[in-house]
Amino acid sequence: MTSSQQEISEEIAKIQADSPRGAPLLDFAPYRSTTLRHPTKEPRHVDPEGAELLAPVFGNSDVAAVEADLTVQRGGEPIGERIRVQGRVLDGDGRPVRRQLVEIWQANAAGRYSHQGDQHPAPLDPNFTGVGRCLTDDDGWYSFTSIKPGPYPWRNHHNAWRPAHIHFSLFGTDFTQRLITQMYFPGDQLLALDPIAQSITDPAALARLIASYDHSRSEHEWLLGYRWDIVLTGSHATYLEPSDD
Amino acid sequence: MTETTPGQTIGPFFHHALAFPGDSELVPFGAAGSVVLHGYVHDGAGEPVPDAMIEIRQSDASGVVPRAGGSLRRRGAGFTGWGRSCTDGAGHYWFSTVEPGLPFFAVTVFARGLLDRLFTRIYLPGAEGAVDGLVASREADGRLRFDIHLQGPSETVFFKFPRT
Repeated sequence: MTSSQQEISEEIAKIQADSPRGAPLLDFAPYRSTTLRHPTKEPRHVDPEGAELLAPVFGNSDVAAVEADLTVQRGGEPIGERIRVQGRVLDGDGRPVRRQLVEIWQANAAGRYSHQGDQHPAPLDPNFTGVGRCLTDDDGWYSFTSIKPGPYPWRNHHNAWRPAHIHFSLFGTDFTQRLITQMYFPGDQLLALDPIAQSITDPAALARLIASYDHSRSEHEWLLGYRWDIVLTGSHATYLEPSDD
Repeated sequence: MTETTPGQTIGPFFHHALAFPGDSELVPFGAAGSVVLHGYVHDGAGEPVPDAMIEIRQSDASGVVPRAGGSLRRRGAGFTGWGRSCTDGAGHYWFSTVEPGLPFFAVTVFARGLLDRLFTRIYLPGAEGAVDGLVASREADGRLRFDIHLQGPSETVFFKFPRT
């Protein structure tokens, strides 16, 4: 039976009344597809070894500069609100993650992905793939020029809509810092209704997925600027176990 | 650590963005000395997970973890020790690689319906100190087989590292 938004929102509120957590709950029934896809056993605590201490390395032979501009990948201009999203990738100790790969993907302005599996009856944009890559610079900065993605419906429950978002895939210096997440936009009324976002039950942690509008990054008669920084988990390379005192 | 950016699911629509030619071939398929590592990803009902993505990181045959770029272009690059495989309609993933000198493949699992990445290892058969349940089996044709169960009676052992 398909649930209503009200039923989903009540389920979310009930779970969130318990202790808030900064990482998404893997067992989060309001997002229906988690039911059979979350581990039920506690994870085993292990110290990273060997290949786990070193992230893969990417360089200029892997990524072309043009891949950071999603508005120039095809013959013409994509339709929608032109944006730039910029920010820094930092590790858990605040150090910049240098020269590392950032991959993004997103829906077009109408809320449709250029993916065969997306059958939402909104128009595809022949000038927009919604796919980008770049390398961070020596201070950990990334920058993408794109089109603001539209929200789109999904089948989790009746009248379910995903808030507008950009998927980000990130690497650190350790293999264990690997992160895939979603960046949201400020002021989006759909965030409070969305079981994927609300699986992060600590509001302060969820706020870290929301970009800031940054007028200093907007360009006269051209685009709107957003700032979003990403903090990965800590590197094990130089980490010493804290002492008890 | 309190400021760590939380994860979110990879969702269903990642293939056109994250898959790339040669992504699962750390060495060309069929190359001398190569081995296929493969398996199926299952959900808690034993059904295949056709929208998962597996990444591996490993040392070379001599035990050195490469720090060279070139994984996204592959051709002309040396062994980079990293690969990515999106599961197919049967939940199948595969890599063409070499058997690592350090005796496990470090593994990350992503999927639609999985809200954050999972870490595990796949050990070579006979590896000393292997974690129970995380050892690949050797198939008759020489391929290494390891199935991943997100849930259920055969649930895979997943890891938590100290700083994650």
